[in-house]
Amino acid sequence: MPWFWEGMKSPIRTLSRRRPDQPPGVTPGRPVATALPPGATWNPGICPVEALQEDSGAIAVEFDRCVHCMRCQQPEAGVAWAYDYQWARQHTPPLPRAFQHSIHVRIIDAGDCGACLSEVRQLTGPVYSLHRFGIYVTPTPREADVLLAVGPVTAGMKAALREAYQAMPTPKRVVAVGVCALNGGIFADGFAVEGGAARVVPVDVAVGGCPPPPLAILDALQRVIGRGLARSGEVRA
Amino acid sequence: MSAGGGARTGREGPERFPARIIYTAAADLPAVVEQLPSAPGRLFLGLVVEEQEPPTPWHLQYWWAEPDSSWLVVDVAAQDPSIPSISAVEFAADWPEREAEDLFGIAFAGHPQLGDFVLHDEDFGESAVPMRQVAGGHGTTAAAGDAYRPPRIVEAPGGFLMPVGPVFSGIQESVRFLLETVGEEIMHAQVRLFYKYRGVEKLMEGHAPDRALLLAERVNGTQATAHALAFATAVERMAGAPAPMRAQMLRTLLAEWERIRSHVGTLAGIVESTGLSVPANHLIAAEERLLQQSAEHWGHRYLFGLVAPGGLTGDPGPAALGAMAAEAERVVSDVLRVCDRLTFDNSFLDRLEMVGVVPPARAATLGLVGPVRRASGAEMDFRRSHPYAGYDQVPPAVAVEVEGDGYARFRVFRRELEASLHLIQQLVHKIPAGPVTAPCSPGAGWAAATVEAPSGALTYWVRLDDHGRIRRCHIMPPSLANWHGLPDAVRDYAFQDFPIILATYGLSVADADR
Repeated sequence: MPWFWEGMKSPIRTLSRRRPDQPPGVTPGRPVATALPPGATWNPGICPVEALQEDSGAIAVEFDRCVHCMRCQQPEAGVAWAYDYQWARQHTPPLPRAFQHSIHVRIIDAGDCGACLSEVRQLTGPVYSLHRFGIYVTPTPREADVLLAVGPVTAGMKAALREAYQAMPTPKRVVAVGVCALNGGIFADGFAVEGGAARVVPVDVAVGGCPPPPLAILDALQRVIGRGLARSGEVRA
Repeated sequence: MSAGGGARTGREGPERFPARIIYTAAADLPAVVEQLPSAPGRLFLGLVVEEQEPPTPWHLQYWWAEPDSSWLVVDVAAQDPSIPSISAVEFAADWPEREAEDLFGIAFAGHPQLGDFVLHDEDFGESAVPMRQVAGGHGTTAAAGDAYRPPRIVEAPGGFLMPVGPVFSGIQESVRFLLETVGEEIMHAQVRLFYKYRGVEKLMEGHAPDRALLLAERVNGTQATAHALAFATAVERMAGAPAPMRAQMLRTLLAEWERIRSHVGTLAGIVESTGLSVPANHLIAAEERLLQQSAEHWGHRYLFGLVAPGGLTGDPGPAALGAMAAEAERVVSDVLRVCDRLTFDNSFLDRLEMVGVVPPARAATLGLVGPVRRASGAEMDFRRSHPYAGYDQVPPAVAVEVEGDGYARFRVFRRELEASLHLIQQLVHKIPAGPVTAPCSPGAGWAAATVEAPSGALTYWVRLDDHGRIRRCHIMPPSLANWHGLPDAVRDYAFQDFPIILATYGLSVADADR
């Protein structure tokens, strides 16, 4: 009982629905396409994973490859960064309307470094409070509507990921979280790495980043039920 | 010192890296290890295996940390991969030997349990030796071997084995526990790791240190600074060019900031495992606050892309440092207030006190590291015993408890928060002006660096080739040593204590699996 009063007394920490971007630091930001100044050339050595390429006088960003090494954030690199979090890309239609107010998510760690999983754990905490959107974490794939996969899918986790997907009832959706789950990321060339969740299960919503912040993962989960986050952050050069 | 037949000793490496090296033949290895003078506080760090050109292709380095700020290395060169096992005299070498057997095919004679460790039998055939370099690393493609049959130890009427994982409830890392019981108490526990094995050390090979750094940071994303710091320090030692003083002090500050965040996360895990959701959510919110502050002042929520060989990639300036110190004080005092309330909560204390006891002698045999070891009465902290970065200027207070139970571990984590906050407050006033990067161009050679990561001693061993690219990197993570000790802590405790003991260990699977 004392803890109940302690909880009642503590202030509300949950981010506002309308302005989730209020506190700085909810997103690390990401590089966006930038026009090169006249006469300037892009130094391809800045990006170690070839996510940034020069394309007819501008720097084009292939965000699916970005591992957030932060090297192009240095001012001398001359790349603009957007402090948004609507990073998810949707490949298939959302779940039917009946799922709008309640979906259950099974989370599978398919070899992540711990950062993506830590961001998913934050989602269930009081600051992001996943439950207020009607999204619940379930321990069993039999009750899950959505499979959320993190990590590059290692040889050891391939079977577990496939079996979890097969155990889920239809209709079902798969959300791949983090650049590793998209294409293996920095681990793609490993002999023990499959290279992305799409090699094992069909991916419906993909959100890149290393790691994507909780709001980007929340945006991805919202898209599964045909919604999305309202606001996003500004662009800083 | 004289140890074993044909052994010779020597010193190698730059001034800040004093290592005593004993060269010995493979046949004499167990005798040499047995004759090492017993030093209380000596810690087995790990086993580095290298394959070189014939005639003696196999080079093995057994690494110990000495309590007197130096390292002890037993170096073995052998013609063929049959080396006697030392796990009978140095129990902490048990898992490192199994790892070397799986990845290199070295048959450690006398080891009781080899095979199926890093490379699971169901995914890789027993003939796969992916880490071999000269022999071409054959067998690197996944080729399914036998179906996995968990080994059974307990033979008792009604005895059964309960497998848990690799996927289990909630938001957990993938790992499998095999718990044997006849009912209520765990009689024997096994941990099956390496479901998440990504082969980071193999991936680093052939890359320049700048590129390999990305992999080092992502071994354990929640302790990225510690991994980057160990890797960068090893590369800098090889180059003989330490980072500038300002960078060293800022690295110390970052490492302590990361320790605070990591420990708040561990404390949240402990509280959550006891089912007290109000204080658990309080601590999770505190962790989020620290993550937001990391992104605001340093650009990344998990401090990726900051520590690099040669120094730091950015300098936040004095205003941000002051803001960080103020924020650290606010969050830590908030967390300490919750922790102090917990120490008056019977339902919390009952779950931790006298549960998962590891006596000091047992912790020494197992070679446990970090807060878990300090909760078992050992004053083992590499920030003090082997200072790196700026720790020789701001020696931290070492939190030691003697009971070795779950509550002692909880108190160590709690006291280390206070110590880290104190360090940050000191550091803010001691950071000198100056540049944060220096040129760092290492040549061929090898070097190692040990740092005190939030979960314990973390060592990187790096060998560079003539082109300055990584020929071999070996990571000795703290979690691997502590996972090795977990079955001992849960034996004879009830099933419902298992998640709580696990939480008090503060382990990371990604850290151990690499």
